[in-house]
This record gives sequence, structure tokens and C-alpha cells, in this order.
Amino acid sequence: MRVVLAEDLFLLRDGLTRTLREHGCEVVAVDNGPSLLRALLDAGDAAPDVAVVDVRLPPTFTDEGLQAALEARRRRPGLPVLVLSQYVEPLYANELLATGEGAVGYLLKDRVTNTEQFVDSVRRVAAGGTVMDPQVISRLLTRGDARGTIGGLTPREREVLELMAEGRSNAAIAHTLHISESAVAKHIASILTKLRIGPSADDNRRVLAVLAYLRQ
Amino acid sequence: MPDEPRAALSRACVAVGRCQLASLHALAASAVGALVPLALLLVPVGIGLRLLPPAARALRALSDRSRARAARWTGVRIDPPAPLPADRTAPARRQAGAILADDGFWRDLAWAWLEPVTGGLLVAVPLALVEYGAFGALVQPFVWRALGDGNWYAFVPVRSTATVLAALLLGLALAAAGLLVAPAVLRLHARTGRVLLAPARSTRLNRRIEHLTDTRGRAHDTLAAELRRLERDLHDGAQARLVALGMTLDRATRALETDPEAARELLQDVRRTSERALQDLRDLVHGIHPPVLADRGLGDAVRSLAFDSFLDVHVDARLPARLPAPVESAAYFAVAEAMTNAAKHSGAREVRIALTHGDGLLRVVVADDGRGGADPAGGTGLAGVRQRLDTFDGTLALHSPPGGPTTVTLEIPCALSSPKTSSC
Repeated sequence: MRVVLAEDLFLLRDGLTRTLREHGCEVVAVDNGPSLLRALLDAGDAAPDVAVVDVRLPPTFTDEGLQAALEARRRRPGLPVLVLSQYVEPLYANELLATGEGAVGYLLKDRVTNTEQFVDSVRRVAAGGTVMDPQVISRLLTRGDARGTIGGLTPREREVLELMAEGRSNAAIAHTLHISESAVAKHIASILTKLRIGPSADDNRRVLAVLAYLRQ
Repeated sequence: MPDEPRAALSRACVAVGRCQLASLHALAASAVGALVPLALLLVPVGIGLRLLPPAARALRALSDRSRARAARWTGVRIDPPAPLPADRTAPARRQAGAILADDGFWRDLAWAWLEPVTGGLLVAVPLALVEYGAFGALVQPFVWRALGDGNWYAFVPVRSTATVLAALLLGLALAAAGLLVAPAVLRLHARTGRVLLAPARSTRLNRRIEHLTDTRGRAHDTLAAELRRLERDLHDGAQARLVALGMTLDRATRALETDPEAARELLQDVRRTSERALQDLRDLVHGIHPPVLADRGLGDAVRSLAFDSFLDVHVDARLPARLPAPVESAAYFAVAEAMTNAAKHSGAREVRIALTHGDGLLRVVVADDGRGGADPAGGTGLAGVRQRLDTFDGTLALHSPPGGPTTVTLEIPCALSSPKTSSC
């Protein structure tokens, strides 16, 4: 898997490069917005499978990385991008999700400390999946509670909804909650009925539908 | 659009009416203005001392009305002078002395004597045009025969039907010209009046110095309090967690040989503590300066607030460029406070936020559809916001009648700085 990594802090860039290489990825590391765009769009035959991008990058030290990621996805729809951020900004998650169907991720930088999970997230995004930070989801759920849009779910269904919205697969949800996959499937069917979201064969489409519901 | 000319016509007619009022007001000013010298002349007799304070007060009432009208009719704001010395229990001699020493009183007097000449003549221009025009167009056609051969209308000798028609057209043109210039004349009148109606430069400067000293002191206090809070939060939060982290790591190192299982648990504990330390730091940073505000500016930062709110928030941000960072920050926290109030107290379902910039002024309006009745004095939130805005000469107006809706309007004078670089 070919990964373009954009991170300006040397320590983090170095650590992430090592981690990804240990897991068999080929890494192109850049440290600013313009070279990120070049690495994503002008790579020729060596086109990356996924980009891992820090929101804040030189030269402006504002949301340069996010802007570059959005721009890259505008020019090449569906280009897998996982954005790392020092803080959860629902607006940014929203903008990423709005760029199209899946192959996006938005995670807090802290999550890289759990290497296995982090690399798994990178792989899921590269495969076209959606990965959202638990904090993004919990904020969406808090808002949904206050608005009364997700009332009527059992506590277990809520847990499943939370993990599903983060982009986990049925197997991963089952593993996390120590229940069987068929139980997960049953819970999901019940949630989709209660929230009036149409069933979908494709896992990713289902996640996107749930996220769209929570973001409305 | 047929409405627009009609609206313009009615505005012009209103302006003419106001010119008429202003000219009568000028007459009143000259009458009251004559009272004061009379009182001064009568001072040697003694009665003048008693006459002066009421005359000065009447004069002030008149000039105050003029200031209020300037603001209401034309939007020209004229700062009021300091209130007249009004210790009515003091002896008449001292009262009169205090008034004679008051700068505002002499400026009022000068205004009362000049207003009939300058202001009165100015507002007479559209009045004369309209009235003479009306005479030419509406009255003369019926009475010109009675006026005889030597009758002229402006430069038209009115002797035949043709010349009457010419005079009629001229009359219409004059009336139209009067209507046309009336609003501008009214504005000019307000501006010329301001020269004397506004407090003297020294008074204004004194006031400004007082205001600056006051707000600077409070800004220092706020800053010091903020720094203390930061120090405390760092000390009790992230710093304490890092110390705990070090201690747990130490225990884990020691347990590594003897009890690897315990060491594993301790290390997991370390991870959790480090996550919490990071969260503490994030919260702290967000409280100082929300990153989205630094990255994207006020419009998107408010959109982010809106996104997190459980109310239906509609944001209409029309800011063509970035604002100075301190203004962005003050406005952001003010909007956050207004939204918190709307969510907590008003029972609103919907909030509309409009951000605009014009004439060197940032204007933010936060309106909800709640039950209103918010007390501007109650609660420390809005008072704190007001204090913060004060440092920028900003203002906060709360309009919240019982039954709602509530509207919070803030205005901060500021220039737009760097042109926006991001795409939003």
C-alpha cells in the first residue's frame, strides 16, 4: 500500500513513517501543503492508495492540510484521505464527508498511539471505508439527544449506533461489545428501522446514511 | 418597480415637512437664546441670578431636541455635552456661577444665536422652492389675471396663457427641485449643527481619556485573571496528569520483571492518563482561542458553534475578509454567550445569526424565537461580554420584550484586515 503522509512535526512524521513501514506500507512523507498536493495529484504512475494528512500545515499554519485534502478530492473524487487533527472540529468532519461517497477518515491525533487500530483505520479508508473519531460521533450523539432525534434506542442499540457511525464493521462491533455478529446485525436492523433509514446491502453506504442522519 | 419612486416621493415629502419643523425650531431657539442675555442683563438687579438657571435649562432642552432629531432624521449622531450643573439646593448665586462656568452652556448659547441664521436659512431653501413652486403651479393659473400686467413669476413675465403655462412648468420644476434637495439639506443641516451642538474638543478628549483609562484598567485585570486561570488549569490538569504518568511508568518499569501482567495494566493506565492529559490541553486551548477561529476566521467559527448546538441555527456570514484577531475573538465569545443564553433560558427552537461588516463596523445580530424577557442586568455572562467589547469601543444591545423574541446586537468598530485566503 502506498501512503502519502503529510505532517510538519518531525517527531510525529518520523514515528508515523516507521509505524506505517513496519506494517508493510510504502511511505512518501511531506511537510507542507503545496508538496502534499503535488504528491497526491502529480504522482504519475506512483499514485498513492491513501493520504494521511495533518490539518495544520505550513506555510500558513492554518487548516492548510485539510484544504489540500479537500482540493485533492475535488480534483480526484474518491481519493482516500485520512485527516488527523489535534482537536475535533465537527465543521471539518462535515466538509470531508461532504466531498463524496466514503474513503474519508477524520481522527484525533491521539489515536496514533494505538498503532494497530490506527493502521487498521488507514487500511479501511484506503479500501473506500469511512472512519470517524469517537469524539466526533459522541458530539453528534449528544446533539441528537438534545434535539430528540435519536430517542427510543435501547442503551445497547446506542452503543452499536456509536460504533457503526465510527465506521466499524459488524465483526469489529461484535468483537468490541462481546456479542455475536448476528446479534449486531439484529441491533443494526432495529436501529435503522427506528431512525427510518432505508436498509442497504453495502456497509459503507449504511455508515454514510447514519452519518448523514446524525449531521442533519 | 412602482414602489420605489413612491417611497422616494414620500421620503422627500417627509423631509420637506421636517425642514418646516426645523425652521420653526430655529425660531424657538432664537427666542430662548434671547432670554439668556436678558437674564444676564438683569444680574445687577438680582433677579437675573434666579432667571439664568431656568433659561439655561430651557436652552438645553431645545438643543437636546435638536440633537435627537439629527440622529432620528438623518442618522447624524451628535454626542450630548456634559449635563448642566443642577444642584437646585445651592444658593442662586452659586447656581448661576456654575452655569456660567460651564462650557456646554456657552456652546448652547452660540448655537441658539447662530441657528436661526445658518440653520434657518439652510432649511428655508427647499421650503421656499416647494412653496413658490406650488404657488406657480397651483395658484397662479387661477389668479394671474387679477395680478395685472407687471406680474412676473421668477424670470417669466406672466401676461398670456402661454406664459402662464411656462410659469406652471417652471413652478413644477421648482417644487420638484425643492423635494429633491430636501433630504440632502436636512443632512447638511444636521452636520453644520454638529459643529456647535457637539461638546468641545477638550470635553470630548477628556471623556475619551476617562473611557480609555477605565477600559485599559479592566482589560489588564481581565488579562491577569485569565493568566491566573491558565496557570491553575495547567497546574491542576495536564501537569498533574504528567506527574501521575511518570509515577505509573516508574511502577510499571519495576513490575516488568516480577509481574508482567501488572506491568501491562499499569501501561494501559499510562495510555489512558496521557489521553486525558491531551484532552485537558485541548480544552484549555479551545478556551483561549478556538483553533477553528484561528484557521478560518469568525464566519466559520460561528458556523462551527452552530453545528454543535441542538437548536436550529442559521448563520448568514457576509465578511469579505478576515477581521483583526482580538475582534474576532471577542465577537466569537459574545456569540457563544448569546447562543448559550438562547439555549438555556429562552426556550427558543431557532436562532438566526447575521454577521456583516460595513462603514468600519462589524455588526453581529443574534436573534432567537424564544419567550424573551431577558434581563440585561441579570447574569454575569452578558455583562462580561459587554466589558470585553468596551475595550474595542464596541457596544452590545439587548432587545428582549416579554413574550419574545430576543435580539442581541453587537457592533465593533474595526477594519477588515488581510483578504481571506481560504476558500470559504
